[in-house]
Amino acid sequence: MKIGLFVPCYIDQFYPQVAVATLELLERLGCDVAYPREQTCCGQPMANAGCAEDAEATHRHTAACFREFDYVVGPSGSCVLHLREHVEQAATVRYYELCQFLVEVLQVDRLHASFSGRVGLHASCHGLRGLRLASSSERREPPFDHVAHLLGMVDGLELVGLRRPDECCGFGGIFAVQEEAVSVRMGADRLDDHLQHGVEVITGADMSCLMHLDGLIRRRDMPLRVLHVAEILNGSAEMSHA
Amino acid sequence: MNRKPRHNAPRSAGSGTQEGYPARKAILEAVRRAGVPASPLPSITGVRDLEPGDLISRFMASAEAAAATVQIVETGGVEAAVRERFPEAVSIAATVPAWSFEQVNPGTDVHTMAQLDVLVCPGAFGVAENGAVWLGESAMGSRAAPFLTQHLMLVLDRTAIVPDMHAAYDRLDVAREGYGLFVAGPSKTADIEQALVIGAHGPRSLTVLLT
Amino acid sequence: MHDAAQNAGPVDHAGRAARFVANADQTTWHDSVLWRIREKRDAVSEGVQGWERLRDLASQIKEHTLSKLDEYLIEFEKCAAANGVQVHWASDAEAHNRIVYDLLEARDVRRVVKSKSMLTEECGLNPYLEARGLEVVDTDLGERIVQLRGEPPSHLVAPAIHVRREEISVLFHEELGTPAGSSDPQFLAGAMRQDLRARFLAADAAITGVNFAVASTGGLVVVTNEGNANLGAHLAPVHIACMGIEKLIPKPEHLGVFLRLLSRSATGQPLSIYTSHFHRPAPGRELHIVLVDNGRTRHLAREDFRASLKCIRCGACLNTCPVYRRSGGHSYGATPSGPIGAILAPGRDMEKYATLPFASSLCGSCSDVCPVKIDIHAQLYRWRQEAAREGHISRGKRLGMNMAGWITRRPARYRLAGRLARSLLRYAPRRLLYGRWNVWGRARDIPEPPARSFGEWYAAERGKK
Repeated sequence: MKIGLFVPCYIDQFYPQVAVATLELLERLGCDVAYPREQTCCGQPMANAGCAEDAEATHRHTAACFREFDYVVGPSGSCVLHLREHVEQAATVRYYELCQFLVEVLQVDRLHASFSGRVGLHASCHGLRGLRLASSSERREPPFDHVAHLLGMVDGLELVGLRRPDECCGFGGIFAVQEEAVSVRMGADRLDDHLQHGVEVITGADMSCLMHLDGLIRRRDMPLRVLHVAEILNGSAEMSHA
Repeated sequence: MNRKPRHNAPRSAGSGTQEGYPARKAILEAVRRAGVPASPLPSITGVRDLEPGDLISRFMASAEAAAATVQIVETGGVEAAVRERFPEAVSIAATVPAWSFEQVNPGTDVHTMAQLDVLVCPGAFGVAENGAVWLGESAMGSRAAPFLTQHLMLVLDRTAIVPDMHAAYDRLDVAREGYGLFVAGPSKTADIEQALVIGAHGPRSLTVLLT
Repeated sequence: MHDAAQNAGPVDHAGRAARFVANADQTTWHDSVLWRIREKRDAVSEGVQGWERLRDLASQIKEHTLSKLDEYLIEFEKCAAANGVQVHWASDAEAHNRIVYDLLEARDVRRVVKSKSMLTEECGLNPYLEARGLEVVDTDLGERIVQLRGEPPSHLVAPAIHVRREEISVLFHEELGTPAGSSDPQFLAGAMRQDLRARFLAADAAITGVNFAVASTGGLVVVTNEGNANLGAHLAPVHIACMGIEKLIPKPEHLGVFLRLLSRSATGQPLSIYTSHFHRPAPGRELHIVLVDNGRTRHLAREDFRASLKCIRCGACLNTCPVYRRSGGHSYGATPSGPIGAILAPGRDMEKYATLPFASSLCGSCSDVCPVKIDIHAQLYRWRQEAAREGHISRGKRLGMNMAGWITRRPARYRLAGRLARSLLRYAPRRLLYGRWNVWGRARDIPEPPARSFGEWYAAERGKK
């Protein structure tokens, strides 16, 4: 099976180590991964701002970049959800968020990674309620959580429970700017929850939420840091920028 | 929303109960024009509690969670149970002659009902999942009585408890009486800071006597 | 006075929300008290076997009813009329208000008691009647509080959730003569009980809302916890029930489905205290039903948005919404407020409510909590497209998105823009970076840009392979 690595634009530009970790992790699990270098952005920023028309050409370009793959895998639930819902593709191509791919397609049951520290999991909304990476607290269904399941395979990692396990952090793309005051308050409330439970590292399957939280952490000089789940699962968490 | 009064406006959107009234016709036509695709009416399956357990204890737990008091009384002991529960009550009435209290009926004066300390009514059946009791108009004496009384007591046959609301509507011929309701506790409000207050506008307590 | 403010021009949700959230303690309280209702809802739904199936059924029953709404309306009217109920039809808010007024005027009514009805709020019935000299008293405690404050309700189920007990204490001291400083909820509610008892007994007419109308029996179901709708309707000689045409359900058995969901979703109760079924007026009394369109048929024709007509007004989407909890109901400037308001209001008046679809992080919690499975967050996304298409987004945003689309459709442009942005972030002085233009940066740091993008890393490290 041929896997195309999908790297969202802001990860490409600001968090290359997340994309490197994703690539390395998939390769170590025996996948044949290629990165189509012509890719740009999934188009979500424009579409969520109400300007889906401005994203149409980008959608077409993105679809063309990944036409020849069986699976397109990326380290962002939100962008992958956008691909699934708005980027038309041949039926043979399937878009997957990294953790969902590892659990549902590769059915990974063992990882060679270790991490020491108290980790809080931020359940990003689009992955959670859009892709169903986990059961959501609103629904009455048997509980499951792909990301937590994978983190459970990491030696030494202590996953910490939260008071509100799946409340939104307030990023929301354009929302973070258009509704700045509420967005900031939502982020601060999430961070409080993590801090009150003694979390040292916040991880998750969406770097955009983590970027928003990290912006608050650094501005407020809080004793927390963020890591994308791919960095932990790949065992490359301590690596600095690529 | 401060619309200007338009008393002399044409009654193009007026009222009417018969064919030909413009608003009725316009609404029905607009509904048809909306072009909603056909969609089947599902049958209600897969939601009933198949193992409801002991209905009496479930009913009691549900009613008590809603701040009702449930007491089991032996047949014939209703009057004693009422007086025991409200020894100070001056004005006690019932809606059926089975119990030896004053009677409330549709002709009873509103101000008399408003002075009631306790009203005793026969409940038709109870619902285990939520502690509700069905009360038909004929069991109320007067529609307003169960709301005007300070305390409401419902007498319920302990074998007349159904598991859930689906079973309740199976049992109920809902349009048989002009009015009827489920009562599931004393009147309450949480409108001040979400603090629970028992006794909002209606009764300050609900007691269910299981016979 | 708040009503007037609500009516003036487009609603600036973000601005109103920013003012709300500026009061950090009040926001903390508002958030936590509503979250507690969400937790109660979670706990009580846990006890229902087949909860998700119930949601599916409720959604499908509503979908079916909407697909044959004309037939069900006719059936309902026929059955209700046979029961001695008088049915009236109103195309819009104005017609609704006039029908109600004409009924009251013809019966020489002076004093009206009214229980909770979002429809009459939507139609502006109170000011309409008051302007014609009628006394209208809202009898739900929360509604009465906001009525005395001259405000619209801020929450579907808890209309005065934005008001603190100290404020109610002052209000009741002025209005009801309670002792200054008494702020015990039990005491305050007791004072209102006493005040309203007299008004119930003296009322000439009662107006109520409707939770469900059953087509096959012509009956109405009205749900309350306080008993206010009942006291009103049973004591006054005339009862007028006002309902949107979407409140219909086919048969009584469907009540079982909706009632199991409604109170659990709304307040975390397995059933509200009083679930009243009105089929015939009491002897010598009158029962009227006003069926109101007011934009509903127009909404029904919108394929992308018609599912919002399934709403049973439980308020669960408000309680769960992280934005609503931190911005308050009045920030929406619409009734209802919250996520459901944000998908209903633009259908009534896009120009006024164009910001509401953007008052969401699109987290989707509303859609997962909704007992009738309305795709609320997906509708918000679609309303954003409509808002932009109709020109209701700022020129700056429009230009920015044009630009983003222009850049990301060509890899070379994208790479160049990325390099420039990273350089700017690396070398520009902090004062410039965090100037007034940078809304993100008001409270958040910008990511530290790496020297190389992933694409550049890949070209260097893997490009040769």
